[in-house]
Amino acid sequence: MTDLDTFRQETRAWLEENCPQSMRSPFGSEKEVCWGGRNFKFYSEDQRLWLERMAEKGWTAPDWPTEYGGGGLSRAEHKILLEEMARIQARPPLNSFGIWMIGPAILKFGSEALKQQHLPPIVRGEIRWCQGYSEPGAGSDLAGLQTKAEDRGDHFIVNGQKIWTSYADRADWMFALVRTNPDVKKQEGISLVLFDMETPGVSTRPIKLISGESPFCETFLDDVRVEKDQVVGEVDKGWTIAKYLLTHERSMIGNMGSTAAGQKTLPQLAASAVGLQDGKLADTMLRAEVASWTIDSIGYELTAERARDEAKAGQGVGNVSAMLKYAGTELNKRRYELLVAAYGSEGLIWEGDSRPAGALPQQWLRTKGNSIEGGTSEVQLNIIAKNILGLG
Amino acid sequence: MQKLVLTEEQQMLKDAAQGLFSDQAPVSQLRKLRDEKDPLGYVPEFWNQAVELGLAGTLIPEAYGGSEFGHVGMGQVMEEGGRTLAASPLFASGVLGACALMLAGHGSQKDILKDIAAGTHLMALAIDETGRHQPARVATKAEAQGDGFVLNGNKTFVVDGHIANTLIVSARTSGGERDEQGITLFLVDANAEGVSVERTIFPDGRNYAKVELQNVAVGADAVLGPKDQGYESLQKVLDIGNAHLAAELLGLSSEAFERTVAYMKERKQFGVYISSFQALQHRAAHMWSELEQVKSMVLKALMALDASDDQASLLVSAAKAKASQVAELVTNEGVQLHGGMGMTDEFDIGLFMKRARPVQLLLGDFRYHADRVATLKGF
Repeated sequence: MTDLDTFRQETRAWLEENCPQSMRSPFGSEKEVCWGGRNFKFYSEDQRLWLERMAEKGWTAPDWPTEYGGGGLSRAEHKILLEEMARIQARPPLNSFGIWMIGPAILKFGSEALKQQHLPPIVRGEIRWCQGYSEPGAGSDLAGLQTKAEDRGDHFIVNGQKIWTSYADRADWMFALVRTNPDVKKQEGISLVLFDMETPGVSTRPIKLISGESPFCETFLDDVRVEKDQVVGEVDKGWTIAKYLLTHERSMIGNMGSTAAGQKTLPQLAASAVGLQDGKLADTMLRAEVASWTIDSIGYELTAERARDEAKAGQGVGNVSAMLKYAGTELNKRRYELLVAAYGSEGLIWEGDSRPAGALPQQWLRTKGNSIEGGTSEVQLNIIAKNILGLG
Repeated sequence: MQKLVLTEEQQMLKDAAQGLFSDQAPVSQLRKLRDEKDPLGYVPEFWNQAVELGLAGTLIPEAYGGSEFGHVGMGQVMEEGGRTLAASPLFASGVLGACALMLAGHGSQKDILKDIAAGTHLMALAIDETGRHQPARVATKAEAQGDGFVLNGNKTFVVDGHIANTLIVSARTSGGERDEQGITLFLVDANAEGVSVERTIFPDGRNYAKVELQNVAVGADAVLGPKDQGYESLQKVLDIGNAHLAAELLGLSSEAFERTVAYMKERKQFGVYISSFQALQHRAAHMWSELEQVKSMVLKALMALDASDDQASLLVSAAKAKASQVAELVTNEGVQLHGGMGMTDEFDIGLFMKRARPVQLLLGDFRYHADRVATLKGF
C-alpha cells in the first residue's frame, strides 16, 4: 500500500468518526454556512464542533504549513481529503476570505511576524476578514484608488472610503489597498495594509442590492491609525499583491460556472418545472436553449479541467483565469435566466407562503453581480485582448 | 483520470502533420484545385506523401499496415489539415471507411484496410438522402434476391463519392422509412452496374457526390455487420466522424481567427491600427474564449473515443455542436473584420467560411447535435 492509500484510509476513518451527521448534507440555507469570527453565532452545536475538529487538524486550510496552523498536506493529499469529504457529503467547515484570499497573500508576500500573528486565527475561524479594494471612484480602474495613507513615522493615518466590501459589517479585520505615494505612476504608489475593524474611525453601512440582500457594505475610514508592521510586502509595492489576489478572486468567482456536487442541474430543474413529454422537455424552445446551455457548460467544465492539467504540465497560456471568469459568470447568469423562464411566473414569487422555486428571484438577481464583481466581463475581455492577443 | 494534455508522441504527430500540410498542401493548393476544376479534387503527390508519413493508417491496426495511433492522434492531423484547408481522401477513407470496416467488417472485408493504409483504395460513406442529416431516415431499399440483395435508392452529400473505389451504403432491409431497426450497411463497388455518381461542386471546392443506385446487385458477402442492425455500428462510425470533423473545425476556426487578429494589427484607419479599437478587441477576445472551449471539448471527445468511455457519444455531440457554432461565429467575424478585403476572392479568409459550412452540416450540424445532447441527457 502506498503512503497515499494509507492517508486515504486514515482520513476516511477520521472523517467517519469526527464529522457530525448533521454536517453531512448540502447547505440548506445561507445561515447554515460557517463564516467564523469574533461575533459569529453558530446555528448548531454540530456546526461549532465540526469547525473546532477540522481546525484542530489544520484542515480548514489543508495546504498551509503546519507551523502556522495549517494541515501541511501535499497537493495529492489535499485532493484525497476533498474527495473523502465529498464521499460523505461533508460540508466545508469554514467559509473564509482569510483562507481564500489574504492568507495566501500573507504566506506569499508577508513578513514572518505577520504570518505568526494572522494565519493561526484564520485557520481556527476566530478572525473574519473583509476586502477593501473598490472605491466609489475606483471600480474597473482599481489602480485609480484615492484612499490615502499618510506616513506618521511608525504608523500611517488612513482617510478615504471603500465600497463593495463583502460583509464588512460582520468582519473583524480588513485588508485594504491604500495610496501611500500620490506623486508616482498610479500603480506604483499603492500599499496593502491590514487593520482591525474596531480601530477608531472605521465605520460601515450595508448596501441593499436589487436582490434585496445586503452582502456588501460601504466602509468609511476617518483618521484610522494603521501600524507600519501591518503592511504586507513593501510599502508602495502593493499593486503586485493586489493583482495576485485579483487573479485568485477571478478563479473563485469563475467557479460559479460549475454546478456544485449535490446541486440539481439545470436540465433536472427545468424538467421538474415544465415536465417531460415523450422523454423531452415539454417546451421545445426552452429545450433548445437548455441544450445549448448544457453544451456550453460541458465546454466550460472541460476548459477549467484542461487549464489545471496544463498548469501542472507546465504548458498553456497564462491569464486563463480571465477567460474562465468571463465564461463562468456569463454561464451562471444564463443558468438563472433559464431557471426563471422554466418556472415561469411561479419562479418570480418574491414573497409568500407558497414559493415553488424558493429564493429563485433573489438568487437570479444576485447573479447579475457575477459579471461585475472581481473585474467586469469587459475588464476580462480587455485582459485577454491585451495580454493574450496583443491587441492595442 | 487522463490528463487533458497531449502526450509527447501525439504532439510529435501534430508537429509532423503541421509541417506536411503547410509545406505540401497550403491554402494555395486548394485554390488551384478549385480554379482548375481538378477532376480528382486532390493532388496525388501530396496524398502519397501523407500516406508515406503513415497518416492514412493512423487509426488502422498494425496487422493491417496501420500505426494504430488512436483518435487523439488522428484528431491532431485533422486539426492541422483544417488549418490549411488541405484536400485529401483522409477523412472519407482513413476515418469513415477505415472505422466502418474495423467496427463492422468480417475477415476478408477487413483486408481492404491494408489498401486504405497504403492509400490505394478509397472509400466513401453514402448515408444521407435529404439535405439535413438524419441517418435513420433511409428510403433506399435492399431487397433479397438469390443469395444477395438488389439495391435501389438515392444518396446525397457523399464525401469523395466520385473518386471512391468502394461505397458504404445504408439501405433498408426491413422496417419503416424512419426506423432505426431494419437498416443494413453494404459494401458496394463504385463501378458496379447500376451505380451512377454525379460530382457536385460545393463552395469549399471539395468533393461531394450524389449517388444513384438502380437495381444494383450485390452478394451476401457485401453485408457489412449484422443485417437489420446496421444502425448501431453506423452510430459508432458517426461518433468517430463527428469528433474528427470537430477537430477539423477547430483547426480552420483557429487559423481564420489568427489571420483575423493579424489583419487587425496591420490594417490602419483613422490613422491608427484597427486593433486599437475596443469594440473590435472585445469581439476578438470573445472569440478566443470560445475557441478555448472548443479546444477542450474536441480533445476530451477524442480521448473518450480512445478510452471507449460510455460518455463518448455525449462528449462528441457536444464537441461537434460547439465547434460548429464557433466556426460559424469566427468565420463570419473573420470576413466582417477584414472589411471589404474579406469579401474579395483574392483574400483567403472567405475560403475558411466556405469550408466551414459544409463541415458543420456534414454528419449533423449544431441543431442536430444539440438535440442529441438533450436526448442523451434525458431531457
